[in-house]
This record gives sequence, C-alpha cells and structure tokens, in this order.
Amino acid sequence: MSLTAKDKSVVKAFWGKVSGKADVVGAEALGRMLTAYPQTKTYFSHWADLSPGSDPVKKHGSTIMGAIGNAVGVIDDLVGGLSALSDLHAFKLRVDPGNFKILSHNILVTLAIHFPRDFTPEVHIAVDKFLAALSAALADKYR
Amino acid sequence: MVEWTDAEKSTISAVWGKVDINEVGPLALGRVLIVYPWTQRYFGSFGDVSTPAAIMGNPKVAAHGKIVCGALDKAVKNMGNILATYKSLSETHANKLFVDPDNFRVLADVLTIVIAAKFGASFTPEIQATWQKFMKVVVAAMGSRYYIGILEYQQAPEICLANAAFSH
Repeated sequence: MSLTAKDKSVVKAFWGKVSGKADVVGAEALGRMLTAYPQTKTYFSHWADLSPGSDPVKKHGSTIMGAIGNAVGVIDDLVGGLSALSDLHAFKLRVDPGNFKILSHNILVTLAIHFPRDFTPEVHIAVDKFLAALSAALADKYR
Repeated sequence: MVEWTDAEKSTISAVWGKVDINEVGPLALGRVLIVYPWTQRYFGSFGDVSTPAAIMGNPKVAAHGKIVCGALDKAVKNMGNILATYKSLSETHANKLFVDPDNFRVLADVLTIVIAAKFGASFTPEIQATWQKFMKVVVAAMGSRYYIGILEYQQAPEICLANAAFSH
C-alpha cells in the first residue's frame, strides 16, 4: 500500500505539530507497548526499570521518535533512508518484525490522546500507512 | 476460561460506563471504513461511503455503529462468560454475513484509539492494558464459531481464546 503524494503531505503537516512533543509521545508509546503487550519486554531485559515514565523508557522513546522524525524527512525513499537502521534491527537487535505493528498501534493511541482534534480519520489513515511503510523498510534487510 | 481480577472487572466497567455508545459507536465504525477502506465491502447497501465526510455523515453507518457498540454492552455485563454470550453473533457473522474475522481485531484497535482520544491522559497505560485484554477476549469470542470444523475447537473452545491471546 504505497504512500500517495497526499499521504506524504498529510504526514509531513501532522508531524510538524507532533515534533514539539516528540519526546513525550515516544516515551509514552513505548511505555504503553511494554504495559499492554508484556511479551515485548523480552527485548529490554537489560533495563532496570520497564515501567512507563522510567528513565530508560523515556530515553529510548525519544530515540525511537527521533528516528521516526528522520524517516518523515526521507519519506520518498524509506528503504534507502532507513537502510542502516534496518541492518541494526536485522543483524544486531533481531527484533521480530511483528512487533513493529504493535509499537505502531501504541504510537497511534498516544497520538490520539495528545492530539485529539488533529488526529482526524484522514490523518489516521496517512500515519497508519506511513508507519506500515516504515516498518517494512525497517524489516527490509531481515532476509 | 478467562480469568478476570476484581481490579480488571472494575476497570472495564468504569471505562465502559464513561463511553456514550451513541457517540463512540458511529465514530469508531466510521473511522474503520475510512482507515481500512476495504471494509466497505460489507456495507454496499449503506449508500454514499465515497469520502470521509460522506462516511461520517452517513446515517446508516451511524446506526450500525450504535448496534455494534451496543453489542459490547453484553460482554461487559457477562465478563465471566463472553464466549457463550457471543456464540450466536459469531455464527451469524461466520455463516450469514461472511465477515473476515480479522475485521473484529481491526474494529477493536480503532475503538481503543477512539476511546483514548476521548479519555485523554486518564486512559493510562495500565487501563489500556486491561481494556485491550477485554478487547482480545471479545475478538476471540466473535471469531470462535468460524473454526468449528477443527477438532480442538470443538473439544475445548478455551483453546481458541488462548491461541488468539498470542496474536496481536
């Protein structure tokens, strides 16, 4: 389901509003994922504290949202732009790609909470498609 | 059978108590039809669903959204027995309506997002976790009669619930 020109412009416009709160959104989405989908905790067994709002969750949430923000910048070539991150996830982290969908859902929940008026159905479909395309690019090198 | 703690039961009732079916039902179903346009295949008789505005303004979509959300009320009131509560609804969707059961999960996820938007920060991660457990059980119960040809589901319906718990 490739991104149309309209999808890209909707995502860029919405991300302009999100970027000021990116750290908060990232931390919260990660915390929600770890709480509502406990099987995802297996990837973070090296953290002392996996609760929402903990230091490692906040720091890593910020890292993730930063990367997603960068992906908005390379939205015309996600596979190329995310190539190094795909290598990382494929060969070092080896995160099962099914989890990208789970994190995406929690990002959508968090966006709905923080931007209830801006996260319209039209924005929802564009962001959902973008996160799906991003997830596919992230999984590109897996095999 | 699915085990609910007292805390989970009261969380789910509290969330549901604050949901206005007449508002949230139409919002959720409309959003499903917009975000996942292939779901429109089930609503050929509903008239104009050609644009987001048409969908959100369509009275048949709104009416059906209220029906669907209303059915959730039965699950909240029968939490100890959701599988039996949804047996005939599951059969209807499987054998008469021919609805792909993946749509139940899609609707559950969108409903969660609509509720989150309404509740804001009070829809905490812990409340989300409990609500999504409830959604998972409802989705599994709605899908349960699709698999009656498979021996394990005939012998132990709880297995289909347990298996469903491990998928997203």
